[in-house]
Amino acid sequence: MANYSTNEFKGGLKVMLDGDPCSIVENELVKPGKGQAFSRVKLRNLITGRVWERTFKSGESLEGADVMDLEMEYLYSDGDMWHFMKTDGSFEQYAVEKKALGDTAKWLKEQVAYTVTLWNDNAISVTPPNFIELEVVETDPGLKGDTAQGGSKPATLSSGAVVRVPLFINQGEVLKIDTRSGEYVSRA
Amino acid sequence: MTTDWRPTASLESLRERARLLGEVRAFFAERDVLEVETPVLGHGGSTDVHLASLSLTATTPAGQERLWLQTSPEFHMKRLLAAGSGPIFQLARSFRDGEVGSRHNIEFTMLEWYRPGFSLEEMIGETTALIRAVLGRDPGPLRRRRYRELFREALGFDPFTVELDALRSIAGERGGLDMEDAPRDDCLDLLVSLVIEPGLGREGLDVVVDYPATQAALARRHRDPEDGAWVASRFEVYLAGVELANGYDELTDVDEQRARFAEDNAARVRLGLTEVDIDRWLLAALGHGMPSGSGVALGMDRLIQLALDRASVAEVMAFATSNC
Repeated sequence: MANYSTNEFKGGLKVMLDGDPCSIVENELVKPGKGQAFSRVKLRNLITGRVWERTFKSGESLEGADVMDLEMEYLYSDGDMWHFMKTDGSFEQYAVEKKALGDTAKWLKEQVAYTVTLWNDNAISVTPPNFIELEVVETDPGLKGDTAQGGSKPATLSSGAVVRVPLFINQGEVLKIDTRSGEYVSRA
Repeated sequence: MTTDWRPTASLESLRERARLLGEVRAFFAERDVLEVETPVLGHGGSTDVHLASLSLTATTPAGQERLWLQTSPEFHMKRLLAAGSGPIFQLARSFRDGEVGSRHNIEFTMLEWYRPGFSLEEMIGETTALIRAVLGRDPGPLRRRRYRELFREALGFDPFTVELDALRSIAGERGGLDMEDAPRDDCLDLLVSLVIEPGLGREGLDVVVDYPATQAALARRHRDPEDGAWVASRFEVYLAGVELANGYDELTDVDEQRARFAEDNAARVRLGLTEVDIDRWLLAALGHGMPSGSGVALGMDRLIQLALDRASVAEVMAFATSNC
């Protein structure tokens, strides 16, 4: 992979730091008066999701990371691994470990497309679509006619996630959920 | 549809910018300081190792010549001073390669002015008066902060006497990077940027004085009354953690100036940087004689940014480097 110098650091660039692939979040030039310039860089570790803050001398460089985001459809889980298939028509499959799946585990639904991040051709993280439609498998019975604002109650969805929903929602209904906030949006 | 063609500043900010530039001109008109315009191109450039100059090739009657885009209008303005111009100011486009960020843009506007006969103290007074006039509000009280004191307070050591090895390990630890081979001034610069600068100008205008003699650039040097150590006769003004202005008791000694140019270029060779052509006309002007006095360079875009309370200089420029 190519090397990138601090002046090429910009949001989204993938680089290697301490052996882990990272995505640059922010790069701020700091330079006192007439002195040496430094770059204050925020990087997201793509394995752990943690954000690191590091300082680099101006002109220092980091090795690029072979990281790709690919769209893949979720197929099934065999208990140990979660299997996804590329949506480009190649039918190529990738097995994802639980660790890489992370919080996305609770938003899994067959035949839905996810963004799978590959590093050196291994899946390191899975991002769900911003909105997903899931069925309610368990919740207290709905209150008829109560479509106004008011209280909410927990509902368990087919993927295993538990979200707060309005009181009028019934078991068996399909809901639109915002996966970024984990909040109910509407009936699907 | 792409919107990249749009200005990086709102039209309202541009109107405010125009008004504030008017304030600057009114400020100097009232004080009989002459507005001048000098070229952005020159046959000589800044040799400062921490400034990256842009250059271009021009076709002139002398043939193909390398010309430098100014990093500040200093050299041309000093030649005017030597020619007897008296006090002068300029709103000058200046260029520093590689400098992009919320407080930096490769092309920017420098407000620079010179006051023959002014002491550094008088210049601090005028600089803070200008800042107050442009801000249009009281930024709070003025505090003088000695460079050494700032280090003692924030870091617990004297930056002039600390052992280099100890300084390197403190700087490396604070910055989370390897400073084992770093020169003394780079370590100090890193600590200023990371530890000291963010806290400056939070309760008013902070004026930092008595810089290390090695950071004198084009300023004179004097002895620190505390222990006789050489310090640079320069100041910097900070507001809200932002460095706004840099003032010098200007160096007028031609031999000293020539020696500093040569030192800078030698350091450039050592560091693998491009050597910069020395401004022989500046040396000739100093040889002729430039009146003693003080000069200030102020980042106009930053001052406008603070006056309008914007998050970055790009928001007060019609088109930042990213989409110019």
